[in-house]
Order: sequence, then C-alpha cells, then structure tokens
Amino acid sequence: MRPVYLIGAGQTPVAEHWDRSLEQLAGAALQAALDDAGQPPIQALYVANALGGLLNKQAQLGAHLVAALRLGAIEGYHIEAAGASGGAALHQAFMAVSSGVYQCVAVVGVEKVTDVLENELNAALATGLDATAEADQGLTLTAGWALLQQRYSYEHDYTASSFAPWPVTAHANALHNPNALYRFPLNPGKVAGAPAVATPIGLLDSSTVADGAAALIIAAAPQVEGENTRTAIRVAGSSLASVPLALGARPDPLWLDAVARSTIAALAEAQLDADAVNVAELSDQHGIVAALSLEASGFAPRGMAPRLAADGAYAKGGSLSLATAGGCKARGDTVGALGIYQIVELAAQLWGEAGSLQVPGVRVALAQCLGGLGATAATHVLVKE
Amino acid sequence: MELAKHWRLKGARYRLEGARDRRTNTITFPPPHFSGPDDELVILSGRGEIWSWSAVENGLDAWGGRYLVALVKLVEGPLVTAQLTDVDPDAVHIGQPVEMVTRKLRDLGEDGLLVYGYKFRPLLE
Amino acid sequence: MAITRSDTGIVGYGAYIPRFRIADSEIARVWAGGGSGPVEGKAVAGTDEDTITMAIEAGRNALRRAQLDGAQLGTVWIGSESHPYAVKPSGTLVAEALGCRPTVHAADWEFACKAGTEALTAGMGMVSSGLVEYALAVGADTAQGRPGDALEYTAAAGAAAMIIGSSAKALATIDATVSYVTDTPDFFRRADRPYPVHGNRFTGEPAYFHHIEAAATELLHEIGAEPGDFRYLVLHQPNAKFPQVAAKQLGFRPEQVAPGLLAPRIGNTYSAAALLGLCATLDITEVGERIMLVSYGSGAGADAYALTATEHLGQARDRAPRTSVYLAREQSVDYATYARMRGKYNLG
Repeated sequence: MRPVYLIGAGQTPVAEHWDRSLEQLAGAALQAALDDAGQPPIQALYVANALGGLLNKQAQLGAHLVAALRLGAIEGYHIEAAGASGGAALHQAFMAVSSGVYQCVAVVGVEKVTDVLENELNAALATGLDATAEADQGLTLTAGWALLQQRYSYEHDYTASSFAPWPVTAHANALHNPNALYRFPLNPGKVAGAPAVATPIGLLDSSTVADGAAALIIAAAPQVEGENTRTAIRVAGSSLASVPLALGARPDPLWLDAVARSTIAALAEAQLDADAVNVAELSDQHGIVAALSLEASGFAPRGMAPRLAADGAYAKGGSLSLATAGGCKARGDTVGALGIYQIVELAAQLWGEAGSLQVPGVRVALAQCLGGLGATAATHVLVKE
Repeated sequence: MELAKHWRLKGARYRLEGARDRRTNTITFPPPHFSGPDDELVILSGRGEIWSWSAVENGLDAWGGRYLVALVKLVEGPLVTAQLTDVDPDAVHIGQPVEMVTRKLRDLGEDGLLVYGYKFRPLLE
Repeated sequence: MAITRSDTGIVGYGAYIPRFRIADSEIARVWAGGGSGPVEGKAVAGTDEDTITMAIEAGRNALRRAQLDGAQLGTVWIGSESHPYAVKPSGTLVAEALGCRPTVHAADWEFACKAGTEALTAGMGMVSSGLVEYALAVGADTAQGRPGDALEYTAAAGAAAMIIGSSAKALATIDATVSYVTDTPDFFRRADRPYPVHGNRFTGEPAYFHHIEAAATELLHEIGAEPGDFRYLVLHQPNAKFPQVAAKQLGFRPEQVAPGLLAPRIGNTYSAAALLGLCATLDITEVGERIMLVSYGSGAGADAYALTATEHLGQARDRAPRTSVYLAREQSVDYATYARMRGKYNLG
C-alpha cells in the first residue's frame, strides 16, 4: 500500500441545469479538475452516478463518458451505491492507485435529475430503499429518515425544531458559495414554520436534489511534475461499510452502524482520532441524518448531537465545522455526485483556497456520504501534508 | 408490471409468513432471501405496537395523497415497515397497539394489477 | 325448492363494516339542495378497501369464532356484484389470505344482492353431502351508485362471512331453506357499465316484496311454523323502510326485526346486507331461539332460512369483534372526500 494524493479538483455549480446534459456536466467538472491538476495523463475514469439508468435511461456510464469526454483508450467504470456512489467510487480509485496498478486516475461524480418530473425522481430516489420491504409499502427516502427522527426525538426528548441548527448553519455557510443551489439565510422560525414533507420533517429541513458534477484527480505522487505550487493533500483514510437496506432488518435502527464502522476504519487508517478532524462534510439531507452520523462517527455522544448543535458546535468556529460550503441543504444534494462535491469542498479548505468560506487552521478533513437510509457509508479522511 | 414479483411475495404479504430459526428461535419478517438450514416457516400473529411513524405528505403518485407509514414492532420480534390505515395522524402515537389488516397496497392502473398486502391499524377493541 | 331436512349449521360467522360514513343529508345537500334520504347514512369503503379486503377480514372473524384454521376450509366462495376484477377470481386471493390449502374450492358468485346466500346454500350442500367438512360463504360489496341517483343514498360497503359445518358443531343450526326465483328485471348492470340501472317503484311490489314474501311464506309452510315461533327476523335491507314493511306484511313484530336492521345506519351493503343483519342478530341470540333470514337479489330471487341458536353460540360470539364494534367506529366524510375515496372524480 502506497500513499495516495488528491492533486486536482473541479466542480460545476449545483443547479437546475436545463441547458446542460449529463455528459456536458461531467465533462465540465472533469476539465476543471484536470486543469487544476496540471493536465496529467489519466489511466482510468471512475464515474459515480446513482440514478442515470433510471432517469437518463443510460447505463454503462464508464465507457460512455470515456468516449463522450474524449479520454482516449482508458478504462471506464460506473460505481453505484445510491447517495454513497461518490465515496464508493473514490474508494475504488484509492485502492487502484494505492495498490500500484495505476499512477493517476480521475473520479467524476455526476447526477442529472431535472430531465424528469418530480414524481419520477422521487420514485428513483426510493430505489435506495429495500424495494419489497420498504418502497413497495410506500416508504420514501425522506419518510424513512422521518421514522428515525420521530423515534429519536421520542427517546431523547427532542422536537422538530431541535434539528433546525443544521439547515440554518448550512444556509449561513452557503451564502458566499458561488456553486451553491441556495444562497439565502434561514432562521429557526422559518424552518419550524415550513410545511411538512414527512412528519416530523419539514420542507426547510429537507435538501433539494439538483443537477451537478464534481471531479477529482487521484495520484500516487503529491503533484504533477513541474507544478509545485500547492500543499499536498493525502487521502489518508478510505473506507466503505454497509448494513441491511431495510430499517427493520437492523438490530438498532437509530445507530448507523455502517457509519460507525467506516469512520473507525478510515480514521484508523489515517492513524488519527475523531477529535483531530477540523472540518467535515456529512450526508445532511435532513438534520436527523447529520445528527445520527455525528453520533455513529464518534463526534457526539448518543442522543446529544442536537444539544451540541444548539450550542454551536457544528457552526463555523465550533469544535467541528460542518457543511462549510452549504452541505446538502444549501449547496444542494447531487445524490451520486455528493461524495465528490464533499471532497472538492474539503480540498479547498485544506489548500486554503476556500475564500470567504475558509475555516482557519484546517489540517484534517473528513468526508462521509450515505446510500439510502445509511445502508452504505463511505468515509474519507484527507490530511494536509 | 411486475406480475411474477408480486406473486412471489404473496405469502408474506397476504398472511405474514416469516421465518423462524429453530436453533435461536429468532423470527425474521419479511422472510430472508436465503433461508438457513434451521429456518422454518412461521405465520405471525399480526399484533404489535408502533415503534415509529410518519405522515407522508409528498408520497409518490402511485399511493395518492397523504398516507401514514410506520415501523411496527411485532409481538414476535420483527420490526416491519408498513402503512397505517383507518387512523388519522392526530390519533397515532409511539407504543400504540396495532393489528395487521390486508388492504390494497397499490393500484397499477386501469389495465394493471391490484397489489394487496399488509397494513396495520389501531387494535379494534 | 325447499330443503327441510338439513344436518348443517353456521359454525362461524364474521362481520366487516368500513369505518367511513357519509350522511344522506350530505348527499342531498350536493344533489337536491338539501333534505334527507332513505337511510341516515351509509358505510363507505376506504381507498385501500374493496370486496376482497373486506371479505378477508370478515372471513378471519368467522374462522376465529369457529376456532378453525383456514387450511380446514373446503370452499371459499365470495358473493358480490363488485368483484375488483371482471376476470380473475376474488376467491383465490381471499383463500390465500385466510391460509387455505390450494386444494380448496374457490369461486365468485353473482346474483345481485343475494350472491352471498346463494353461496351459503351451496355450502350447505357441500357439507351435507360430505364433499367438504367446512364451507366458507361470504357476501361482500362496495356497491355502486351513479352520482345523484337515488341509489347513491344507500349503496354501501360491507362484508359478512359464514362458515357452514355439521349441525353438531354449529353455533346455529340451519333447519330449512327455500329458494324462490323469477325473471324480473327490477335492477341490473350491463357488462362494462360502471353503474346499475333500477326500475324505481318496479323494484318494490313485484320485485323485493313479492320474492321475500313468497320465499318466507313457503318456508313457514314447509316447516309448519308461524312468525311468532321466531325470536328474530332478518331481511335483505335495501333501505330502512322495505324490510320493516315486509316484516309487518308477513306478521312479524318490529322488535323481531330491530337487532338485524342495520340499513338505517350503514345503508344497503348489497350482498352483505342480509348476512350482516344475521351477524348482528347472532351476536345477541340465546340458545334455543330461532331466527328467520330472507335475502333478496334483483333479477330476481329470495333465499329464506330457518335457524336455531345452539349452546355453542354464547361462548363463540366474543372470539371476534361483534358487529356493534364495527358499527360504532364511525368516521364521517363529506361528499367531496367520499367522491375522491370512491374514485368518482374523472382525473382524465
């Protein structure tokens, strides 16, 4: 196993890209990442995409994007793990480079959701659930998290407004992110007053799924020869874990065990403790997702995440800065591309290139994305060398 | 239209057929995709209580309008995702005793199959 | 044809009434600018309910009272004029839900509102001949009424299930039965049409009253009994008035009819109507008391039965929810909600 480095990153804004196709979005993000890295030759393309087969009626995205993006005779792979597709694809790239098979590869996460109407999109998102045990019963992704929030609030004595700090922080952080879907502030009162999506989760504690692509260049050397202007970022830990898709099949549904195992493994690989992490990007489509992830990751004791959030622990300047570019709620949720957006944003923090989003003194960053209701969890630890 | 799929699932959907491991006495529902050497078929009682629930306001068109989903803890142990029926949201609470009823789960359209299966409602008496 | 020597009886019975109700005054508000209708209100099936789901619950209740397992049933026969499929039996699905063996006889019956009792009589034959030990006969309907039509005020939803077995195990023995049919076009629905057509006053004297009275009179004559020999009378009940008038004409008193008269509260549950009345009556009948049951189906015909409660009835009735439990769980809906629930909006 040899060290693996992130040498380039690029993204498109998260938006309703009516005028751009899946291919065009992926191409723009990849070009930006290649430019950022100094145009190194790449040997393979890992495509993270969750819904292309359902929404764009296009499978084989590996081969398809290698050709569409004119990448020549390189290998192309399509990795799907619902909302964890990005982290899963990066994990594949990490292993390929770490093992010595490849010197330099690209990972592109892309999701193009606005070519279909909302009902088709929601049905596609529900495929991240257990099809027969859950989706056939009428469960949706948001309803699944709502079941967990309802129970969690019952056990730990919270209300729906206890989860407002996450969307409020996300929107505050996204104000100056030009790539964010939403750049307006939220206050707790607004969040509480929003109509319900699936009780107790309201509309303003629910992220919006939108179009976008983000790309990374992963290499065995810290930079391309001749380019030596930036601090190296090492992918110090990379891990993926899974549990049964159906909530009912888990012994303790409020404990996201895939999150716990992938975080422990990624931090162990990086030889770091949880408290070494300065900034983190989590799956935070709803406050409850972030709360359960923080607890399973070891950043908060069980039942305590909303109390810590209320005290500002996860806002900029808190003990762990979350969603520095807006998270799923304000940057927007790009599903299969989410895990790659997270790395692009954290890389900017580590390189010190985050501009007005910059958190001072960032050395260790953690990215974590979930598939379905946390059935897949992919966790990456990035370290500034 | 997934005719064969719905047909394969009828044992669990119509009469709560689950699996019991004879060694550990653990009951699994819905039944596992692969049964172990010690698994035997067991029909569950359909009695349980609400472990958690949600009123889904943005459900898929296929279900039409608002509906309630729940995780129901069956008396035999399994935690089951299912809709609640014959009850309004303001009358639902965690810990509420419920019983299984067989209802229409989905109507796959004028020329489509009617899919039937389990839902739960507050205990009648 | 009269059958006066029966060695069969009801070994289990079960009712089902959906929880939704619409008041006749609400229907009248929409279509007549106010007023009332022939009943107070009617039971309405929820969006996830139909003849199959209601038959399953009634069937489960009957199995509980009979202390039987579905695997012991020899027939699952569903009488209805609102089977969810035109082609594909309701009976097979109900049989699977009740846990029957695949070797069970399953089929659907249609005879307007008396499809359920037609299955009941056939079940008596199967049991009496020894072909099966237990026969399940269900009457269930989510009745159709054209919006604004007189039928809409009464066309209701419900189900009742009867398990026929040997008289030795019966909760109530079936002592005799008479069938009386003629070709009388008082009410019908052509294939592929959504709503039935009815003959207004023609549905009364030559149809409902003639057939009910002929079957009942024939039964009384065959067994040498008089109205006073029966503790209770249960009639098909298309509205509140018809069964009360028919009972009076036959010489029965109002208190004999009252326990089984559900139509004023839940409307006309079609194939379930007479059998649901029988369920409510069995819920209170004491050992040795006799019940006369007369169903009616348009087209037309009536089945009359004489039953006698046995010593087993008392302990069986609380093994499943009584009919009064279903009657009590009333959730009122307005016309708009009812129209949505019953699929009466044309969504294009």
